[in-house]
Amino acid sequence: MKTITSRRAVWLVTKRELNTRLRTRSFVVGTAVMLVLLVGYLLLQMSLASTSGKSTVGLTGQATGIAEQLRTAGTQSGQQIETVTIAGPAEGRAKVDNGDIDALLSGTAADLTVLSKSELDSKLLLVLNGISRQEVLNAQLSEAGLDPAQVARTVSAAHVTTETIKPADAESGQRQVLALVIGMLLYIGLITYGTLVAQGVVEEKSSRVVEILLSTVRPWQLLLGKVIGLGLVGLTQLAILGGVGLVAASLTGVLTISGVAVSALLWGLLWFLLGFFLYATIYGALGSLVSRQEDTQAVVGPVNIVLILAFVAGFSLVGQSPDGSVTKIVSLIPLMSPILMPARIATGSAAGWEIGLSVLLTLATIAAVTWIGGRIYQNSVLRIGSRIKLADALRG
Amino acid sequence: MTEGTLQIDHISKRYGTRTVLDEVTFDVRAGELFGFVGSNGAGKTTTMRIALGVLRADSGEVRFDGRPITHETRTHIGYMPEERGLYPKMKVLEQLVYLAELHGLSANDAHRSAENWIARLGLAQRRDDEVQKLSLGNQQRVQLAAALVHDPSVLVLDEPFSGLDPLAVDVMSEVLREKASTGVPVVFSSHQLDLVERLCDRVGIIRSGQMVATGSVGDLTARAGSKLVVTAPAAPPGWTAGLPGVQVLETHGATTVLGLTSGSDDQTVLAAALATGPVTEFSRRRRSLTELFRDAVAEKPVGQGATT
Repeated sequence: MKTITSRRAVWLVTKRELNTRLRTRSFVVGTAVMLVLLVGYLLLQMSLASTSGKSTVGLTGQATGIAEQLRTAGTQSGQQIETVTIAGPAEGRAKVDNGDIDALLSGTAADLTVLSKSELDSKLLLVLNGISRQEVLNAQLSEAGLDPAQVARTVSAAHVTTETIKPADAESGQRQVLALVIGMLLYIGLITYGTLVAQGVVEEKSSRVVEILLSTVRPWQLLLGKVIGLGLVGLTQLAILGGVGLVAASLTGVLTISGVAVSALLWGLLWFLLGFFLYATIYGALGSLVSRQEDTQAVVGPVNIVLILAFVAGFSLVGQSPDGSVTKIVSLIPLMSPILMPARIATGSAAGWEIGLSVLLTLATIAAVTWIGGRIYQNSVLRIGSRIKLADALRG
Repeated sequence: MTEGTLQIDHISKRYGTRTVLDEVTFDVRAGELFGFVGSNGAGKTTTMRIALGVLRADSGEVRFDGRPITHETRTHIGYMPEERGLYPKMKVLEQLVYLAELHGLSANDAHRSAENWIARLGLAQRRDDEVQKLSLGNQQRVQLAAALVHDPSVLVLDEPFSGLDPLAVDVMSEVLREKASTGVPVVFSSHQLDLVERLCDRVGIIRSGQMVATGSVGDLTARAGSKLVVTAPAAPPGWTAGLPGVQVLETHGATTVLGLTSGSDDQTVLAAALATGPVTEFSRRRRSLTELFRDAVAEKPVGQGATT
């Protein structure tokens, strides 16, 4: 008589999950939609980056004389200022109103008037004030018999010597964005695929197919196969999103630290696996408590809330102070680690020992959760009918 | 003689204070078709689920081939649950191949067996359709194929005939009979008693969790006594008076329906009838399983504990 080995049983269940999930339209469409959103977000970032700090200034009357000076001052302060000559104040006012130009300058260099639609860009205002003051200063210096050019040279030679305890990372902005994107992808991945595990368990219960399956495979083999299968599907989707997102971000120039990003992505994938094994068993066990698809949401709700908390905490803590002590502690809590730790790793603020410790703690929790979850699943998966109380499921 | 026999031995199951099964005992021998009948809620499905190991009994044991059923032997049972036991969104062929592989067949054998049953049960047109898109009758056929695809050594089917059209009933009967003829014990539950009577070698009747009768249809009906229909146009009323073990059940003109207790001699009745004049009809009518079932579930047990 032939019987099936545990490994083959788990593999068959895993293979079925892969086959039925990867080939579905919802997987393909879902991945495509998320890719479009991700790339769209990157393109938006890029267009914001290229338009910010670029302003068009119209000059009219005597003010046309400072065009050259304005452009130079703009370049020095890191802004791109375009100048156009406007025939008269009325035309200029109209152009400001319909957005052709950001500001209209009139009056003399020493006494400039600027007209803008609502609020004037503060950086532009700073540049204009500078020009105006320089003009006045030059006049005063000449009056006092000094050479303005000479004074300017002496003044610009003086500067403050800066010292820092920890040099600022020039890439910190990008790292921050990277951390948030990775945290978000992990959150979406865990909650989506965790829910799919619960739904899969309920589907087998409600269709009674579980009765046939469990006459040949053991409950743990069925649950493990399902978790591995869906985990691989989730990992595939995450890798596609992460990989394409990374390439798109590098090509568009939004991301200039591809080395950092690749390692952050790899850490993200590892943490997805850890997080998925942690959460999937819980989702599966809770799913086994109910027999109807409509009841699934009610039992998995509490787990979803924990994930949402981890996501919100991750966003605000890592966003504000990735190496603050609260952030450090929260990122070591096993149920929070899968979202917070990869985000912190992306910001570059996680120390090696913290990563190691959080991996160990998460692995220990996975072991505990798998044991308890397996027990709940085993005790309740064949009890079809009304919702089973958690305490009853644990007692068996 | 326990070789190839499925034995249900004093199985009891209680849910809280409610006793669902009380010492249920019967066996299904190799090559035998066993009909399991009882009212709704009598405990048929529970018994089958316990036999499958899907449910644990409070006491008692299920044995196959003389040995308690283990996880390994369970792999060789073909099971068809009453409610659909298939993935609604999986295609027919894929589903059967998957179930066959889970029961230990290699990928090649699984494919061969699945295709074979698909052709056999007339599902060839539907092999790449999702199960949920099939008609109920076709879903039932897939369900049967799922129970048979791994060439099981025991077949347990819960209401396999419900909802089938007459043609499908014929196909199902033929498949079950053929399976039994290869030496496999086949047990199925059904409410279609005429079908059970026609098809089964033996039947078991369960009432409120207790077996009230087990045996071949012939044995059970013989034990329950039989009826005689006698048409003797010249016989005066009350001609049967004085015949031992005979009781008049109905009279329609010249035709009398008599109830005979087991053991009484029908030839004495014939002689008495002939003594009154010509006899144009004399026939023995066996009680049908339906009548037997009505008696059994209604009041006293019939032939309780009989296992032959």
